[in-house]
Amino acid sequence: MVESPPGLEGQGFFATSLDSLVGLARANSLWPLPFATSCCGIEFMSTMASHYDIGRFGAERLSFSARQADVLMVMGTIAKKMAPVVKQVYLQMAEPRWVLSVGACACSGGIFDTYSVLQGIDRIIPVDVYVPGCPPRPEQILDGFMQIQELAKNESTRRRNTPEYKALLASYGIE
Amino acid sequence: MENQQIIDALQKQFGEEAIYGIGESHGILQVTTSVDNIVPMLHFLYADPVLKFQFLTDLAGIHFPDAVGQELGVIYHVHSLENNVRLWIKAYAPIDRPNFPTITGLYAAANWMEREAFDFYGIIFEGHPNLTRILNVDDMDYHPMRKEYPLEDATRHDKIDELFGR
Amino acid sequence: MSEIALVNNPNVGLDKTQKGGPYVNDLSTLNLGPTHPATHGIFQNILTMDGETIVDAEQTVGYIHRAFEKIAERRPFYQITTLTDRMNYCSSPINNMGWHMTVEKLLGIEVPKRAQYMRVIMMELARLADHIVCNSILAVDTGALTGFLYVYQWREHIYEIYEEMCGARLTTNMGRFGGMERDFSKVAIEKIKVLLEGLPKGLKEFEGMVMRNRIFMDRTQNVGAISAERALNYGFTGPNLRAAGVDYDVRSLNPYSSYEDFEFDVPVGTKGDTYDRFLVREEEMWQSLRIIQQALDNLPEGPYHADAPHYYLPKKQDVYHNMEALIYHFKIVMGEIDAPVGEVYHSVEGGNGELGFYLVSDGGRTPYRLKFRRPGYIYYQAFPEMIKGSSLSDAIVTMSSMNVIAGELDT
Repeated sequence: MVESPPGLEGQGFFATSLDSLVGLARANSLWPLPFATSCCGIEFMSTMASHYDIGRFGAERLSFSARQADVLMVMGTIAKKMAPVVKQVYLQMAEPRWVLSVGACACSGGIFDTYSVLQGIDRIIPVDVYVPGCPPRPEQILDGFMQIQELAKNESTRRRNTPEYKALLASYGIE
Repeated sequence: MENQQIIDALQKQFGEEAIYGIGESHGILQVTTSVDNIVPMLHFLYADPVLKFQFLTDLAGIHFPDAVGQELGVIYHVHSLENNVRLWIKAYAPIDRPNFPTITGLYAAANWMEREAFDFYGIIFEGHPNLTRILNVDDMDYHPMRKEYPLEDATRHDKIDELFGR
Repeated sequence: MSEIALVNNPNVGLDKTQKGGPYVNDLSTLNLGPTHPATHGIFQNILTMDGETIVDAEQTVGYIHRAFEKIAERRPFYQITTLTDRMNYCSSPINNMGWHMTVEKLLGIEVPKRAQYMRVIMMELARLADHIVCNSILAVDTGALTGFLYVYQWREHIYEIYEEMCGARLTTNMGRFGGMERDFSKVAIEKIKVLLEGLPKGLKEFEGMVMRNRIFMDRTQNVGAISAERALNYGFTGPNLRAAGVDYDVRSLNPYSSYEDFEFDVPVGTKGDTYDRFLVREEEMWQSLRIIQQALDNLPEGPYHADAPHYYLPKKQDVYHNMEALIYHFKIVMGEIDAPVGEVYHSVEGGNGELGFYLVSDGGRTPYRLKFRRPGYIYYQAFPEMIKGSSLSDAIVTMSSMNVIAGELDT
C-alpha cells in the first residue's frame, strides 16, 4: 500500500490535487524498457529475478515496445554504432518518459575511453538518474529506480509543456 | 606427432626456400611463408592424410611499422584435432599493397576473421565474398588497430593533457 | 508487404493455381534487432521471410564494439584482467584465469597445486553460472518462465561465493598472476558445500519441468541443427560443437590447471540441434558439480600463490611495513614491470567454447598484440545457415541456445 498524498479528508470523500494523484499512479506502475547491452544487463536480470524482484516497485511488466514504456533503462556500453538506435528508441517513447542510465559505461563511457565508445549517453539523450558502478549491484539499480519513482511522484503534470523542458530537448536536437 | 615431421612434410611439398622463420614457442610450431604459398599450404595441410590440420582456430592480423616492406602480417592458427597439434603460419605483406588471398573457400570460419582483420588493419583478402567492415561503423575512414592511430576518443574535451602528464 | 495488405489490395491479381500458393514470390523483410528482447544482446538480423519461413538472413554485429584489443596494447598486463571480465560476463572467472595462465606461460611461473585446484573450482562455478543462464533463458524463450526463477536463485548463490573470493559479483577480476588473491575462507567453503548439496535438487526440479516437457521438446528438437562437418568448418567449439557429436573439449584434450587430475565425462550429442545443445549443457552442469566435489575433497594444503614477487601483488599490510613489498607494489601498480619477449597462445574451455589468448610480447610493459579468440564471434557466423528454411520462432530458440554473448563477440 502506498501512502495517500496530503489532502482534505472527510466522511466519504478525499480531496487532493490532480498532480499528486497522477504522480502517485505513475510512480507505482512504471513500465521499464530494458535497453541492456552488456554486463549491466546481466545484473538487471538478477534485479528482475526472484532474489531482488523489481516487481515490488510495480515494474515487473517489462515493456519491450518503446511506445508503451515509461522508463528507458540504458544498461551497458553504448558504442557509437549503437548511439542512433538509443536515440531512436528514446524518440519512440511517449511523454512522460524518464531515462535511467545504469552503469559507468552508460553514464560516462566507463573504462572504455576508446574511439568506438560513446562517452556517456547524456551526449545524445537527456538522463534523469545516473547509477554508478561497474556493474552496479542490484540494490543500486533498485535505488536508482526508486529515485525515478520519486521524480515521477513529484512531477507537475505541466512540466513536459514548459519552455525549459522544450529547451532541454532542443539542446539535444529533439523537437 | 613431432613438430619436425610437420616441417619435413612442408619442406618436401613446397621446397626448403618457401618455409622459413621456423621456431617453436611453448610447444607450438611456427613457420613463415610467402603470401602466394598460404592457400596451397593450408589446402595441403588440410588434405594430408597424416597431418590433418582441419580446424582453423584463429586468424590474427598484426602491424609492425618498423619492418619495411613487411608491415602487415597475418597469423593463421590451425589445429589438427586428431593429432592434437597446433601450428602457426605467418605471412607478411607491405603496407601499400596489403593483399592476401582469402581462405574462405577452405574454412567457412575464416569469413568473419578476415573481415575483422580488414576492419582493424586494412588487410585486403582477395576473393573474399563480402569484405566490408564488421565491428566498426561503416563510414570509418581508417583502420584503428594500426599502431599510428590513437586509442582515445577524439571527441572528448574534458581530458586536459596537463592533468594526465602529457 | 504483408499478406493482409495483399488480400485487401484489389490491384493484385491472385493466381491461386500457382505452385506453392499465391504469395510464393512475395518476400518480406523483417528486422530482428539490434534491440530485440529475444536476441539477448545486441545483434541485428535482417531476415528475408516468405510468410513465416526464413529464406535468407544477414547479420550485423559490432554494436558494442569497445576496442578491447586496442586497449590491451596500451595497458599493463594486470590491468587487462579487468577487460577480460567484461568479455564473457556470464562466466568472467574463466576469462580472468585464462588470461592469467597465458601470462604465466609467458613469464614461466609455476603455480602451486592448491591454487590450481582453487582455480578449477572457481572456473567450474563460472561454467555453472553460464549454463544456468543459457538454459533457463532458452526455457523462457519457449514460454517457461518459472524454471528461470527457480534456478536463478542458485546463480545468486554462486555470486555470493564470488563475492567471498574477490568482492565482486559479476566483473570479478579474480586471482592474480601466480595464483589466487586470497585463500578460501571458511564461509566460502561452507557456501560451496551448500551449493553442492542444493544445486542438484534445483537442477533436477528444473529438468523435471523442462527436459521431457512436450512443448519444449517440440519447440527445440530438429531445430537449428548443424552437422559435425559444417560445425568444424565453421570453427565451432564448446557445447555447440559437442552437441553436433565432436568430443573436443580443451579441458580433456589440452589439460590446464590440473584438469588431468579429475574424472569427468565429456557429453556429446548426436544431431546438433537446439535440444541437443540444451542436453549437453545440462549434463555439463552435472559434470561441473562432480569436478567441484573432487577438487574440494582433494584440495591440497600449501600456498595459494606462486613465489613471484615481481608479478604477484603483495599483501596490503606488507606494503605498509615492508620495504620490498612497497617497491614491488609500486612497480606492479604503476605497470613498470617488463615482460620477456615471446609469443604465447593459451586456450581454456570457456562457457561457450575455446577461449584463446594469442599474446605477442616485445619485451615491453604492455602486450605488443593481444588477440582474443572469442568462440562466440567465430560460431555465430553459422547462424544464417542454421536457420534458413525454418520459421521465425525457431530462429529465436536457435539463437538462444547458441549462447552468443554480445560483449564477447564484439570485444
